[in-house]
Amino acid sequence: MTRILKGMLFATTVLAPAGLVHAADAQLTIESWRNDDLAIWHEKIIPAFQAKNPGIKVSFAPMAPTEYNSAVNAKLEAGTAGDLITCRPFDLSLAMFQKGQLAPLSDLPGMENFSDVAKSAWTTDDGKTTFCVPMASVIHGFIYNKKAFEEAGVQVPKTEDEFFAMLEKFKKDGNYIPLAMGTKDQWEAATMGYYNIGPNYWKGEEGRKALISGKEKLTDAQWVEPYKALAKWKSYLGDGFEAQTYPDSQNLFTLGRAAIYPAGSWEIAPFKAQADFEMGAFPPPVKKAGDTCYISDHNDIGLGLNAKGKNQEAAKKFLAWVASPEFAELYANSLPGFFSLNSKPVKMTDGLAQEFVSWRQNCKTTIRPSAAIVGRGQPNLDLEMWRVSANVINGTQTPEQAAAETQKGLDSWYKPAK
Amino acid sequence: MSDTEIADIEAAPVKRSTRWHIAVFLAPAFLVYTAVMILPLIETLRLSLFNMVEGQLAFVGLNNFKVLFSDPRLSADFWNALSNNVVFFIIHMLVQNPVGIAIAAMLSVPNLRFAAFYRSAIFVPTLLSFVIVGFIWKLILSPIWGIAPGLMDLVGLKSFFAPWLGKPDTALLAVSLISVWQYVGIPMMLIYAALLNIPDEVLEAAECDGITGWSQFWKIKLPLILPSIGIVSVLTFVGNFNAFDLIYTVQGALAGPNGSTDILGTLLYRTFFGFQNQMGDRSMGATIAAVMFLIILAGVSLYLFVIQRRMRRYQF
Repeated sequence: MTRILKGMLFATTVLAPAGLVHAADAQLTIESWRNDDLAIWHEKIIPAFQAKNPGIKVSFAPMAPTEYNSAVNAKLEAGTAGDLITCRPFDLSLAMFQKGQLAPLSDLPGMENFSDVAKSAWTTDDGKTTFCVPMASVIHGFIYNKKAFEEAGVQVPKTEDEFFAMLEKFKKDGNYIPLAMGTKDQWEAATMGYYNIGPNYWKGEEGRKALISGKEKLTDAQWVEPYKALAKWKSYLGDGFEAQTYPDSQNLFTLGRAAIYPAGSWEIAPFKAQADFEMGAFPPPVKKAGDTCYISDHNDIGLGLNAKGKNQEAAKKFLAWVASPEFAELYANSLPGFFSLNSKPVKMTDGLAQEFVSWRQNCKTTIRPSAAIVGRGQPNLDLEMWRVSANVINGTQTPEQAAAETQKGLDSWYKPAK
Repeated sequence: MSDTEIADIEAAPVKRSTRWHIAVFLAPAFLVYTAVMILPLIETLRLSLFNMVEGQLAFVGLNNFKVLFSDPRLSADFWNALSNNVVFFIIHMLVQNPVGIAIAAMLSVPNLRFAAFYRSAIFVPTLLSFVIVGFIWKLILSPIWGIAPGLMDLVGLKSFFAPWLGKPDTALLAVSLISVWQYVGIPMMLIYAALLNIPDEVLEAAECDGITGWSQFWKIKLPLILPSIGIVSVLTFVGNFNAFDLIYTVQGALAGPNGSTDILGTLLYRTFFGFQNQMGDRSMGATIAAVMFLIILAGVSLYLFVIQRRMRRYQF
C-alpha cells in the first residue's frame, strides 16, 4: 500500500513536470505595468512573434502601474518573476541590474539598432553595459479639440502670452472648460504640468544636467517659473478640479467638454477610440516668440531579461525580436503615442502621433528631470514633485515654497559630484 | 443533607477521564488562527527588529524605531498619519456612536412603524464592500458627474458645495463621514440589542416613580447600556486604527491632497509595499505595523483594565 502510494507521489511530483516540459513549449511571461495595452499585446504583438517562432509561448501579465515597481521587485527577490521584465527608465531599472536581477544585454543581436541616447535610460553610469532593450519614448504636449478652436476662432498658441490669452477667451466664452486637468491624483500635476512645460524654462538637457552637477538648484528662477505658470492654470481648470481624477479629465476632454488637454503622447490611442471630434496637438509654448523650444521626449519603456529566468534562450530570442525594426513598426502603429527608439525610421500612420514626433525636428528634446540620478534617493524626487505641483495648482503652496521643499528633500541625500 | 453526603462519597473515587474532545474541537480553530494570525503577528514584530545591513538582513535591536521617530521625513509622515488617525477616531466617536445610539433608541420605541425596515436599511451599508462604498461616494461627491452638486442646487445650497475630497481642510472630515455612514449600523445593532434586554419591569417601575421620556433614557436606559457602549468604543478604536481600505479606495495610496487623509494604515501600505517610484521597505513597514499594534494594544488594555473594571453592572 505505502509502496504504491510512494510510487504515485513520486510519479506526480518528480516525473510529471519533466514530462510536461518535454511535451510543452517554452513558456515566457512578460511582467509589465501597461495594463491598458493588454489587448494589443495578445491580439497583435504576441501572435506576430509566435507565428515566426513556433515552440515559444508568450504571455503578457500586466499589473497596476503604481504597484508595479514594488511588486516586480518582490517577485524578483522571491524568484517568481517572469522571464521578461518591462523596464522603467533610469534609476529604477539600474537598481535591479546592480542587484543582479536583470541580465546584461550589451551583446544581444539587434542592440546595434539603438542610438546611445535611446540606450541611455538603461545603461550603467559608465556607459559600458546596457541591460534593457529600449522600446518606446513618450512626448509631452497639449492635445486640443479642433472644433472648439474653430468655434472660438483661436489659433494654436506659440508663446506663453498667447497661451494664456487663449485660455482667457475660452473662459469668457464659457462653452468649454479651457483645460482638462485635475489635481486629485497628484501625478497629473507634475507629469502633464511641471514636466510638460518646464523644459522651456530650464532649457531642457542643459538645466537637467546642471541640476545633477549641482550648478543649478530647484530654487533657481528657471525651476520656479514653471510652478508660477502652473499656479496660473488654476483659474482655467474645471469646477472642483481639486477632486477631479485622471479618468475624469480624460472623459471631460473626450466627451468634448474641454478645449485643451495637457497630455502625454500615450493618450493618443485611447483618445482616438473615445473622441468623435478632430484632435490636434501643440508643443508647450515658449516664453517669447523665436525662443528655442524644448520638449520632454522621455525614454519610458524597455524590456529586460530576468537574470534568474528559466527560459533564457527563448527569452533572448524574444528580446532580439523586440530590438528588430519589424517590432518597432508593429509597436509604434499598434500603440500610437509610444514612439519607437529604433534608429531605423518607422512609418507611422496616425496623424496625431506624427504631429507629436514632428516637434523633434525643431525643438530640443530632454527627459523628465526627476528620472535620472537625482531620482535615486529618499524622499523620491518624482513623488515630491507630484505632491508640490498639485499643491501649487491648488493654491495651498506658493511656487517658492514648493521649490524650496523639493530642494530640501534632495539636499537631504544627494551630494552632487564636484 | 444526607443526599449530598452520599453523592460526595460516590463522586470522589470516580476518575475523570481525560477530555480529549475539548482539544480535538479546539484544534481546527486554534491551528488556523495560529497560522494566519498569531504567527504573522510574531513574524512582523520580529521583522521590526531587523533591517538590511550591507545587503544582509541583520538584527538591529530597536534601531528601526529610533529611525522612525528621529528621521525628519519618516517621523513627520508618522506623526501626520497618527494625528490624522486620532482625528478620524474622534469623528467616529463623536458622530458614529452617538448617532448609532440615537437610532437604536428610536428603533426601540414600541409601536414604531416600519422599525424592521429602518433597521435593515441602516445596517445594509455595513455589509457592502468598502470598494463599493468608496466608489459610490466618490461618484456622489464628484464635482463633475456627481449628484451632490445637483441635489444641493435643488434646495438652493449650491454655493455651499465644494470638492470636499480634494481640499486639504475638508478631505479627512469627508472620508471620516463616509466611514461613519458605512459603519453606523454596528453601534446601532449592538445598542439596540442591549436596549431590548432591559426588562420591562424596570421601565414600569421607573414610570411608577414618574420617570418617563427623556429622563427615563438618561437615568435608566443609558446606565444599563453603558457596557455595550464601552464595547462599541473599543471596536471603533480597533477598527479606526487598523483602517486602510476606505481611504485607499477613495483617496488612493498617497492619501492626498498633500497627505491630509494619510492614516497609519495607508502609511504602512506605502512604506511596506512601496508606491510608484518609492521602493517597499519591509523592515520599516514592519516597524510601523508594530507601532500600530502597540497603540491598539495600549488602547484596548486601558479599556479592559481601567475602564471596564470600574463600570457598574446590573443584574436582573
